[in-house]
Amino acid sequence: MNTTPFWRTTWAVLRKDLRAELRSRELVSVMLLFALLAVLVFSFALELDQIVSREAVSGVLWVIVVFASILGLNRSMSAEREQGSMDALLIAPIQRGAIFLGKFLGNLLFTLLVGVVLLPLMTVLYDVVTLNPWVLLVLTLGTWGVCASGTLLAAMTAQTRARESLLPIAMLPVVLPLLLAAVSATTGILNSAPTSEWQGWIGVVLVIDVAYTTICFLLFDFVLEE
Amino acid sequence: MSERPIIAIEDLSKSYGYLPVLRKLNLSIARGQFLALLGPNGSGKSTLLRLIPGLTKPSSGTIQVGGWHIPQEAAAVRHQIGLVSHKSLLYDNLTARENLAFFGQLYGLRGAALDARVDHLLERVGLKKRADSLARTFSRGMSQRLSIARALLHDPHVLLFDEPHTGLDQDASAVLDELLRASHGEGHTIIMTTHDLPRAALLAERAIILSRGQIAYDAPTDPAHPQDLVAAFQRVTGETSAR
Repeated sequence: MNTTPFWRTTWAVLRKDLRAELRSRELVSVMLLFALLAVLVFSFALELDQIVSREAVSGVLWVIVVFASILGLNRSMSAEREQGSMDALLIAPIQRGAIFLGKFLGNLLFTLLVGVVLLPLMTVLYDVVTLNPWVLLVLTLGTWGVCASGTLLAAMTAQTRARESLLPIAMLPVVLPLLLAAVSATTGILNSAPTSEWQGWIGVVLVIDVAYTTICFLLFDFVLEE
Repeated sequence: MSERPIIAIEDLSKSYGYLPVLRKLNLSIARGQFLALLGPNGSGKSTLLRLIPGLTKPSSGTIQVGGWHIPQEAAAVRHQIGLVSHKSLLYDNLTARENLAFFGQLYGLRGAALDARVDHLLERVGLKKRADSLARTFSRGMSQRLSIARALLHDPHVLLFDEPHTGLDQDASAVLDELLRASHGEGHTIIMTTHDLPRAALLAERAIILSRGQIAYDAPTDPAHPQDLVAAFQRVTGETSAR
């Protein structure tokens, strides 16, 4: 007897997460609220002039995106553990990589939504035009890597008692290289620097994405074993 | 015995770190049998129930379900197993129908066959009228009935019940008992852990008592004399109740 086809399982898990979120709005609403408050706090705290804003805004953007994603990732994986539904997934004849991919794609969509809402808001508050196709590309790629590693780490920490505090501790060192590359690329774009100065950073983000996604996909089965 | 057992466990051991939970356990369960798995807290009941579908890996020993080995032939084994726990194993923010449809897809059901199976099971567990209600609005008893429907989606040969009566009131427990009897009557092999010894004697046809990771008692039950099982439990475990 075979396992259920990989892509059908991935789609089922993704659709289930989207449907549950559309109904409850537990995840995105908390992430959005945090992001909006953080943007406001940074805006008042830093009181930057436009030149300094260009330098700082990319850092602010990425810090908020990473912390908002942590909130979402924690909640997303806790939902699987609360009623034991992860056990029901694990005894189904499916490839566990498909669970990873479905959960990861859901987390990516939710975090990207928060990022996309942040950009126009930051344009207004920081007087820096952040709505730019290249910024959107870096945002997508950076969020990809953050969510890939975060989905795996959330699955690990969800099995512990101190899951809420453990996830940021486990995740921040892992996403640091990605964060540095994404911030460098975003700063270059916002400063209208020559393409050659920041395109390399987009390549670095892409390489890290591929590496993280592959490693996390392969490790997911191992992480779920007791 | 002429027919091969549906579950065959040989020399099964499981330790968590240095703590042994199951020690060289041997057990075979005939097709269609209703087995009550009893024992004091920490005796290894739930661990055994997690080992059979491969939710936990054994430290040593082998498990076969329907002739297939776990974990080597995990997909084949999992097609044959349904699990009901004291937790609902459902998604609170999905309706009863959506929950069943989601899990049905994981077992390869789709389209009209999936819809028909979901409708049939909702009818069977008495939740047809609440099919489009969110699982989070269900009482504990209704959640447990929906959980049984989920476990039956792929019509498994073996049903594992891990303390299914936990948190249920008398009426809900009686409904659950009827569902258990009906499933057994349809030929499902059932393994149920419980702390309720009289109920185990009434429902199951064979009882096993685990003590310190080993089988300390293995005998047919006598529904006419449930107190015999209580006495046996006290004798082999030295405890006055299974709680």
